[in-house]
This record gives sequence, C-alpha cells and structure tokens, in this order.
Amino acid sequence: MKHARILLAAAAAAPLALAACGGGGDEGPVTLRMTTWSASEDHLAMLNEIADAYLAEHDEVEAIEFDPLPFEGYTSTLTTQIAGDNAPDLAWILESAAPDFVTSGALVPLGETLAGTEGYEYDDLVPAATELWREGDELYAYPFSTSPFGVFVNEDLLAEAGQPTSAELIASGEWTWERVVEAGAAVHAATGTDGMVIRDFDYSGWDNLSTLWTGWGAQAWSEDGKECGFDDTEMAEALAFMHDAVFEQEAMPGPGTTADFFAGEAAFTVTQISRAGLLAEADFGWDLVPLPAGPAGEYSVIGQAGLGVLTVAPHPVEAADFLAYMTNPENSAKLAQYFPPPRESQLTAEVLGQANPLLTPEQLQTVVIDRIDAGVVKPGHTGQAQLDQAVRAALDPLWTPDADVAGVLADLCTAVDPLLAQ
Amino acid sequence: MTQVRSTPPGREQSRPGGPRWWTARRRDHLAGFLFAAPQLAGTALFVLLPLGLMFWYSLHDWNVLAGGFTWTGGENYERLAQDPALPGVLRATAAFSIGLVALNLSLALVLAILLDQKLRGTVVFRTIFFSPVAVTLVAWTIVWRFLLQDDGGVNGLLSVVGAEGPNWLRGEATAMASVIVVQVLKNVGLNMVLFLAALQGVPRELYEASTIDGAGAWTRFRRITMPMISPTILLTSIITVVGSLQVFAQIDVLTSGGPGTSTTVLVYYLYQNAFQFHDFGYGATLSVLLFAIVLVLTVIQWQMRRKWVVHED
Repeated sequence: MKHARILLAAAAAAPLALAACGGGGDEGPVTLRMTTWSASEDHLAMLNEIADAYLAEHDEVEAIEFDPLPFEGYTSTLTTQIAGDNAPDLAWILESAAPDFVTSGALVPLGETLAGTEGYEYDDLVPAATELWREGDELYAYPFSTSPFGVFVNEDLLAEAGQPTSAELIASGEWTWERVVEAGAAVHAATGTDGMVIRDFDYSGWDNLSTLWTGWGAQAWSEDGKECGFDDTEMAEALAFMHDAVFEQEAMPGPGTTADFFAGEAAFTVTQISRAGLLAEADFGWDLVPLPAGPAGEYSVIGQAGLGVLTVAPHPVEAADFLAYMTNPENSAKLAQYFPPPRESQLTAEVLGQANPLLTPEQLQTVVIDRIDAGVVKPGHTGQAQLDQAVRAALDPLWTPDADVAGVLADLCTAVDPLLAQ
Repeated sequence: MTQVRSTPPGREQSRPGGPRWWTARRRDHLAGFLFAAPQLAGTALFVLLPLGLMFWYSLHDWNVLAGGFTWTGGENYERLAQDPALPGVLRATAAFSIGLVALNLSLALVLAILLDQKLRGTVVFRTIFFSPVAVTLVAWTIVWRFLLQDDGGVNGLLSVVGAEGPNWLRGEATAMASVIVVQVLKNVGLNMVLFLAALQGVPRELYEASTIDGAGAWTRFRRITMPMISPTILLTSIITVVGSLQVFAQIDVLTSGGPGTSTTVLVYYLYQNAFQFHDFGYGATLSVLLFAIVLVLTVIQWQMRRKWVVHED
C-alpha cells in the first residue's frame, strides 16, 4: 500500500520534475539564438562563418543559431516570441522600432562591453549612425547597416523620352525634384511606363516619403518628438508637390498601381543601395545617383538596422560578448559585404566596392560615403507602430485627385497629437 | 488473543457479501470518462485555458518589451469604454457582418434553389461554386488583391465593355464592399451545399399536393420550402454570423484596415493593439468584448429559433 502511494505520487510529480529539468541546465555551454529578417543564403553563410570562428574560441557557447523571420510582421513576430517566453538572445531591429526598443528597457546596454573588448575601436563608430540607438550616453544596439537612400535611374527610358541622362542633369545643376518629376512625366507620356517610384511607399509605408519631404526641410515631428510637423508649411508644400506629381503630371504611379523599377517599369526609383543586386541581369542601362535637391537644397536620408541583446534573453552576457565579436573591426569588414558599416575607417569606396561589384567607386562615394554623416534618419518615435497606423489612416484621404492637402494635414496632426504627447 | 484488523473507510465493499464498490455502473462511468478524456483535455487546454488567460491578461498592463506584467484591475475596461476609435471599429464590424450575412445567405439560397433543378450541367456548376471553399484563404485573397487594383483584372474587364471601374480598395465604400464580396465568393459554396441538402430533404409530395391545391411557385417557396429548411437557415446563419465577426486575413491582405480606418473591424483592431502596438493587456480586453458580442448574438439567434424554426418548441 505504502509503495503504491509512493509510486502514484512519483507518477504525478514526474511531469513537474521533467519541466523543472527543462527550465534549468544553464551550467553547461549555452546555445545562442539570433533573429534576422533575411533568409538570404549568402547572408546566413556569412553569419555562420563568423559564428563558427567564435565557437572555436569560446567553450562556454556550444552553438549559435540564426533564425530568419519574415520581414513582413518581423517586429510583431519578435514581440510575440518575447511574450511567449521564447525570446531570442540577439535580434535585428528595424529602425522604425528602434525608439520603442531603446527606451523601453528591452535591450541590454552595450557600451561597456563594446568599449571593453580588446581591439574593438569603439570610437570608430560614426556618431550620426549610432544616434538612433542611444539613450543618453548609452548605446543599446549596434547599427550594423547604415545605408543612405539614393536614386536608381533607367537611362534607356529617359533616352526614349528624349530626356537628358541623370549624369547630365547633375552636371548642369538640374538634379532637382522638380526636374526629376518633369522627366518622369515625359517618360510616362512617351512610353506608358511610370516615372518616379518611391520604393516601399505603396501609399502605406509613409515613412519612406521622408526621402522626399526632407528636401523641403520638412519633418514628421519636432526634434523632441512632441509636436506634429505635418501641418508645417514645408510639409504642406512637399506633399502638395507630390500630390501634383501623382494626379496632375502623372509622373508617379497612383494608389493601387504597381510599378517595379527593377523590372524596367519606371524611370526612377528611390531606394537603398542594397537593392543594386536586383540589377545584376538588368537589360537596360542604369545609374545610381544621390537624392535630387529640394527647395531646401541637397540632403540625404539614412535607413538603418540595428543588432541588440534582449534584456529577457536566456543568455544576455554571452550574447553581448558574441555581439562584440561579431561587430569588431575584422568582422565588420565582412558584414560590409552586404551592409554599409557604421565604422568611419571602413566607409571607403574600396571596402564597399567589394560588397557591391555592380556599383562604381564614384557611385559609392557620392551616394553612400559622402551622405552618411549628414544623413537624416527615417522618422522614428516611441509608440511608432501606433503612429504608423494613425498617420497612414489620416494620410489616406490625401491620395485622391481632389484632396484638400492643407485640410488633410491639419486633420492628421489632430489625430496624432495625443500619441506624440504620450 | 484474537487480533482485530481494522479496515479503512471505503474498503468495506471489498469484503465478500458487502456492497461492491467497483460496480458495473461505476465501470461504465469510468469508461465513459476515459473515452471523453482526450477531447476534454483538448478543450481544457486549447479552449478553457486560453479563455481564462484572456480574462486574466485583460486585467493587466503587459509591457512585452520590458517584461513588465502589472495588475491594473478594471483600467483596461475603463479605457475600452472611452476609446475614441472603438465606435468606428464597431460600425465597420457591423457593416461587414450585416453585409456578409445578408449577401452570403441570400446568394447561397438562390444558388441552391437554382442548382436543385433536374437540369444538365448542374453538377458542374455546383463544383464551380463550391471549389473556392477548398482554396487556401490567403491565396484566394491575394489573387483578389491583384484583381481589384486600379489597373487590375476587374477594371480591365470593365474597360472592355466601356465602363471605368473605381479604385476598389482605395475608396471607403468600395473597399468594404470589395472585402465582403471576396469573402462571400470564397464561402458561399459551403452554405449553398447545406441549403441544397436541406432542399433535397423536403418531401416532394408536399409540393405535389400544394400544386394540386393551386399554390403558385412563390407560395410553395414561402409556405413549404422556407419552413422545411428553417433549421438549416438557423445553422448557416449562426455559422456565418460568428465567422463574419472573426474576419482577419481578408482585411489584412486586402486593405490593412484602410482606407482611413473604414475596414478596421474588431478582430483587426484587436490584432493591431496586441501584436503591432505591443499592448497585449488591451488586446485581451478587446478579445473579451468580441467574445461577449459573439456569445450574445448566438444566444439571441438560438432563442429566436422557437419563433421561426419549424418543429422547435
């Protein structure tokens, strides 16, 4: 009888005991997991190469797994993993999510680890590149990709429409938004293809429009993030210009119309240099040039991606150490094959040229290197996801032919003011 | 000395001649419980537990990024009552549900009546109308997204006959109508098959007798068909109403809740709050609201069956 009770109790307790065993086991070598939004075989091969070299030198880590998540909904998937007690150790972080991650305490401070790593050359990091990832003096994520936006040009379509090449427009001092839209309208009229496409905007990803409105000196909100900038004169002029380009001049595809520059369906597209790979088999002549000047002069806009260690990570100490190794000068040069690095010493046409064989040293110099220091980072704010949704919804009425631009923008600010005040 | 052995309470039945504990009735009960156990365990784990957790989460502020989980009591419910976006969300939800249910049930019934005729080719049409039910929802919706673009297939077809179609997914009214129609075309086949089965179960003698009595087609439909298939109408209406309140993928793929917030229905708003804004506590509160709405509507429909479903009393 006694034995039977003991057996019964043991059987009942077994699952709990097993669960307890499952939750522990941190004494031996650990396995690190890092989420990315790239499933590119080339990217993963490079990351694995760096990880293998790290594992060879560090017995305390037995494996490093890279876990690609779909880019669509990346941040949602990541936060769901965190909520489900399945947080990765390290994660790529989108620039739009940076303020939320940096200010919420979700990331482990990295400054001490990076600065204390032998040979790291912490001071080599460009301040403009790390600004988004800091709170106060502390760095919370490493901006492994710092890539200015440029304009890819289909020179064949320009020639077909009797327009000068982009190089000629630059040489004659006419490389302005006004002239680009004029050329785009001419291409649309002559060939039926589209003129200018701001890639990834698609009448939804409005933060990509900062590549246009910065040329007017406009910004989505004030520097301190408290005041809405959409009802400022500069913003109204910039968006009225775009509205006119879409609905009057038909130089940009309208809502619900898709045009892929890389398939030869548009004369110009604003995007980052990492897209150059899509032109490897292009059957048209193309060029890559800086963003056109706006009424406020020349400017540049930077898109970024960060790498951070999560506070709730299973192994934050080991993860931070691996991050320091992965981004040291030697490995940063490897990462530069695909992602423009935030290191001053590596922002050279020679280093970037190895990664981007399709681009000339001159293109890399003018579009990337000369523009990183002065670049404005795409808009980001705490509560960015809510702001994204609110701005997108409030901007929708703008994308009709008879929209009242000033009225829409005033309503937009009314809608987002409470969010900015939070 | 005689040793008296004490018997623990409840063990008397093991003695010969005493009341037996392990009776056939108890054995049957145990067998019954064992057979039901897997289903009960599944329900407890995947229905009751999440339901309980949903209520529990709705009473907390859950900061996923920082790992904070703080008891806030009824704060999320106060916020729900004051949420300025909620009336618009509920209006969009009602518009979608009413439009979907009305169009789905009426179209399914019409198709079922037409395909209930003994004519050549009806099997082919039944297959055609039912086949979208077997197609993956997201694939179906993505194809329709392309078709409904400004320069997409639908407007291309309209231009052939000289008509200029609107930008379907960019206008508030046309976007909602588009989502409803895409969803109806996807699922109308299921209700059609259910109606068809019900129609074929109506005794033919009733029609013959009523025809002899001089009843016309409309009278036969109103007096015989409708009452006889009313249990199926109840079933399909409950399924369709509940399904309409749970629409998500179609909204996400076709409109992302836009233009503006015109197609932001309750489930999509819930998703935005929980998974995009990282506000799981408020997302759970919206889930409770959705649960309550579905529950109330289902109870109302179930109660109404006494009035209009034949043989229910």
